[in-house]
Amino acid sequence: MVDAASNKPARAAAEFAPVRQTAAAPSAASPYRLATGGIVDRSAPLLFSFDGRNYGGLRGDTLASALLANGVRLVGRSFKYHRPRGILAAGSEEPNALVELREGARREPNTRATVAELYEGLAAVSQNRWPSLWFDCMAVNSLFSPIIGAGFYYKTFMWPASFWEKLYEPMIRRAAGLGRAAGMPDPDTYEKAFAHCDVLVIGSGPAGLMAALAAGRAGARVILCDEDFEFGGRLLAECRDIDGRPCAQWAGSLLAELASLPEVRMLKRTTVFGAYDHGVYAAIERVADHLATPSPHMPRQRVWNIVAKRTVLAAGAIERPLVFGNNDRPGVMLGGAVRAYLNRFAVKPGTRAVVFANNDDAVATLLDLAAAGISVQACVDPRGADAGVVRAAAQRIGTRFVNGAVVRARGGHRLRAVDVSAVAEPWHKLTFPCDLLAMSGGWSPSVHLSSHLGGRPQWSDALAAFVPGPLPRGMSVAGAAAGEFGLAACLAGGAKAGAEAAGDCGFAAKPVAMPGIGPEPIGIAALWRVRAKRGKAFVDFQNDVTVSDIELAEREGFRAVEHLKRYTTLGMATDQGKTANVNGLAIMAELTEKTIPATGATRFRPPYTPVAIGALAGHHRRKDFKPTRLTPGHAWAQEQGAVFMETGLWLRAQYFPQPGDNSWLDACNREVTATRNAVGVCDVSTLGKIDLQGTDAGLFLDRLYANAMSSLPVGRARYGLMLREDGFVLDDGTVSRLAEDHFFVTTTTANAARVMQHMDFCHQVLWPDLDVQFVSVSDQWAQYSLAGPKAREVLQKLVDGQHDISNTAFPYMAAGEVTVGGGVPARLFRISFSGELAYEISVPARFGDAVIRAVVAAGAPLGIRPYGLEALSVMRIEKGHVGGAEINGQTTARDLGLERMVSSKKDFIGRVMAGRPALLAPDRPAFVGFKSVGDGAIGAGAHFLPVGAEPSARNDEGHVTSVAYSPTLGHLVGLGLLKGGSKRLGEKMRAYDPLRGRDTLIEVCSPVFYDPEGARLRA
Amino acid sequence: MRIPCPYCGERGNAEYAYLGDAGVSRPQTPLGAALEGATLDAWMNYVYLRDNPAGAHRELWYHASGCRAWLIVTRNVSTHEILNVEAANGAIRDGRVGAL
Ligand SMILES: [Zn+2]
Repeated sequence: MVDAASNKPARAAAEFAPVRQTAAAPSAASPYRLATGGIVDRSAPLLFSFDGRNYGGLRGDTLASALLANGVRLVGRSFKYHRPRGILAAGSEEPNALVELREGARREPNTRATVAELYEGLAAVSQNRWPSLWFDCMAVNSLFSPIIGAGFYYKTFMWPASFWEKLYEPMIRRAAGLGRAAGMPDPDTYEKAFAHCDVLVIGSGPAGLMAALAAGRAGARVILCDEDFEFGGRLLAECRDIDGRPCAQWAGSLLAELASLPEVRMLKRTTVFGAYDHGVYAAIERVADHLATPSPHMPRQRVWNIVAKRTVLAAGAIERPLVFGNNDRPGVMLGGAVRAYLNRFAVKPGTRAVVFANNDDAVATLLDLAAAGISVQACVDPRGADAGVVRAAAQRIGTRFVNGAVVRARGGHRLRAVDVSAVAEPWHKLTFPCDLLAMSGGWSPSVHLSSHLGGRPQWSDALAAFVPGPLPRGMSVAGAAAGEFGLAACLAGGAKAGAEAAGDCGFAAKPVAMPGIGPEPIGIAALWRVRAKRGKAFVDFQNDVTVSDIELAEREGFRAVEHLKRYTTLGMATDQGKTANVNGLAIMAELTEKTIPATGATRFRPPYTPVAIGALAGHHRRKDFKPTRLTPGHAWAQEQGAVFMETGLWLRAQYFPQPGDNSWLDACNREVTATRNAVGVCDVSTLGKIDLQGTDAGLFLDRLYANAMSSLPVGRARYGLMLREDGFVLDDGTVSRLAEDHFFVTTTTANAARVMQHMDFCHQVLWPDLDVQFVSVSDQWAQYSLAGPKAREVLQKLVDGQHDISNTAFPYMAAGEVTVGGGVPARLFRISFSGELAYEISVPARFGDAVIRAVVAAGAPLGIRPYGLEALSVMRIEKGHVGGAEINGQTTARDLGLERMVSSKKDFIGRVMAGRPALLAPDRPAFVGFKSVGDGAIGAGAHFLPVGAEPSARNDEGHVTSVAYSPTLGHLVGLGLLKGGSKRLGEKMRAYDPLRGRDTLIEVCSPVFYDPEGARLRA
Repeated sequence: MRIPCPYCGERGNAEYAYLGDAGVSRPQTPLGAALEGATLDAWMNYVYLRDNPAGAHRELWYHASGCRAWLIVTRNVSTHEILNVEAANGAIRDGRVGAL
């Protein structure tokens, strides 16, 4: 009557033609759709395709229900053995029916057909098969299953290591991969949203609806989330009466009331996927997943960050498969899923059924199957006397009741029969032909979110299930998620939890009447595996973990639950073992003859279901990854054709190319030469700027900087060096005194925020008594550096006449307030980074654009040129100023040759620790300059080696920090940190750079290459 | 995590920057004092050494994206429960912060 199941490719080929014709013949009137019932819209037919064939479905279908309605049972191949797989479940726990959804750039792999909402034109293809779903060459993996069992990866691909990248990994990925990602940029947008509420209700089944109603009626701000595209949970899937009405209808009236409550927000298609500290929850809303393409300006998905004072977890429960031979054959389905397809989707998942359950849930399955006109061949229950209600139900519909267990499913691409072993006659196998097996191993409460913060679920022997353990503060659990499996208990538990949650938020509960419900049996006797099973008995369907794998893990000593998980990969697939974990754990408990609590439970972590990285990123992609900061002079620089570079969040002009330039270097050289010979202007608005005021401002700065600042006269500026408390240099900049109690300091662009935080710390935590206030004014002032022998000449055209800026009146390091352009307030600082006569002029940001244009106009007759970061950097290297490459967090003032700046007459941050002996060691790398005496190139990062020494860490004497071609001097100039520092002037060394394959002779020299006397900047 | 700032109200932890133990105080060392013995120990302790207790811990947090206040947050580092938050301003000087 029935053949033995076979996985051989030859067999698959033989079945190819006949089965496909019957199963997938196009039909407008889907052959397995019931004539009436369900909550699908029969007036809204939808066309979709699967593996290139067109089918018809209805609005309200999932891809899974639409496939079943068309008789499509085989939907995928399994991960490791490429076994034919069908649809096991009807919700997000589905381990088998993973497909690639959509096409082109929108293609997404591993989409569960059971949650993919059908839309017109939906295109899906099966995955993990080659060349086709029906004929999959890789199914030969099944023949090798003895060698690709648990621990296969660890044992087989150990050696040699070099084979891993080249051979093993690509091979495994091809053979055992799941779907393919699009490989193209995602055309859709994703966004983030924040919400606050009193009561967050997770799940809209009977418990969740009642909780939301109780809290909503009390007046609390409620957010109700459900992962489904319809609210109602199991009320949509069951054929029960509440208050004399079908339960789905009853749910409809509740939903109407909830929708009318102004403080209740209902988010469907929204999965709460993570619980975090202090009532923070993350949820993913699939805004447009049910559309072919999102509407304009509509995000594809939205990540919610929900802050809830109280939370009611009403996430329901997940049914467990039974573990017997070939329990993965297409047509073997969870009983609750069978009822969902019958009752919600009006789809017959088969024509001849067998029911196999260890619990009273079988009653509803039997009755619903019979009501749909599906002949039930047998009802198999391992329980004896305890199965009375199931036996009675079977009797009622004229089905044979067998006290026993299914030991094996038969059939290949679809179920053909089941072999049953009866308790009374174990030697005699009964075989029942069928194309649907509705199985139930009991229900596991969805405790996931209750344990995200560490609370371990607790085992209940009575329920044969884990129930929530210690809960996150503010969370309560209701309904099936709490182990309350009866409908009446769910409704009552939900109402109570909702009222209590609202009460905790200060809202007095209003009564919610309990509807009338008939009684229902919920008895169960655990059955973790059918011991007489024949064939592969799957525990984790998605990762192809079988009972034999768990037995192997046990034999090899991987018995602890975390070891079991990692050794067998149980629960590590994209479904995170929703249908597998409890069975796997319980089987290990049986094998080790321990209790389940003694065996343990793996912890759940977010996300509850897979979340796309793109959704988590939201709008933070490409240029929007971080904000872009533009200086007030940006538009002007753009007009000059500047090439910009990112420095932190800022865009800064790198150089200003001109026609005929061969490279950036041509532009850079021109800018340096123009500045050294005439005058250049550079936008330095990105510097951190802090305004300090107060009678103790000078004292405060004394404590912050290594050098003295309180002694700075009004109208003068000073270079300042700031240390960290551990003695290393934190930052440098300038300090200017504008009045007795008023200072203005600059920081480097990179450290602006850090220095501000440091100053706040010093003031608030260390020295709160000091009378000083300060604020960041980085964005308030545009600042330009005007450098070159003609800088003063240009400036004199801009600064209003009453201000004397002659060399006598406004000498080197002078600072003061002036006006420019007829009354525009400005601050002028005679400071120089380039080594030329130079000024920095600061104007309120709104004048920044006008002032840079005025500067360039005034300077045009004198040959002014804008210069960018490249030229700025070349000039500071020529002048031997330290920059970010030298102030690298590992250098002290002494290392940088700045020890004379460090005051010994006052306390300051870093003073004591800078005096540690190790930081005073004479062989610490210290700041030097060098010139190339070879002919090779040199780059920053090259290491200093003694000439003739073998390149090794032992012989390493320091490294190159900055290097540039000096157009002024006509040769390469470099800075570095070298052991012994300035004591080694004149020595020849190698600059060794194995990364770039360079090795060049250099000569150590003073770091000040240009105008060492400083005559030019005082001119 | 949500941290109630005494100035701004309860805000998400993304607005804050963490520094560490609020129970260490900056040693007072006279100018010219030798960096050895108890002085060196005190500084090493202040700059580097930190206890890592399970349970309640007083920590310095900075409301970087808010009011810029440095706060002393008493937090159970095992459960993340926030037990107390106060402005750091003056607390350390006044000796109100030390080992719990
Ligand atoms: Zn604040």
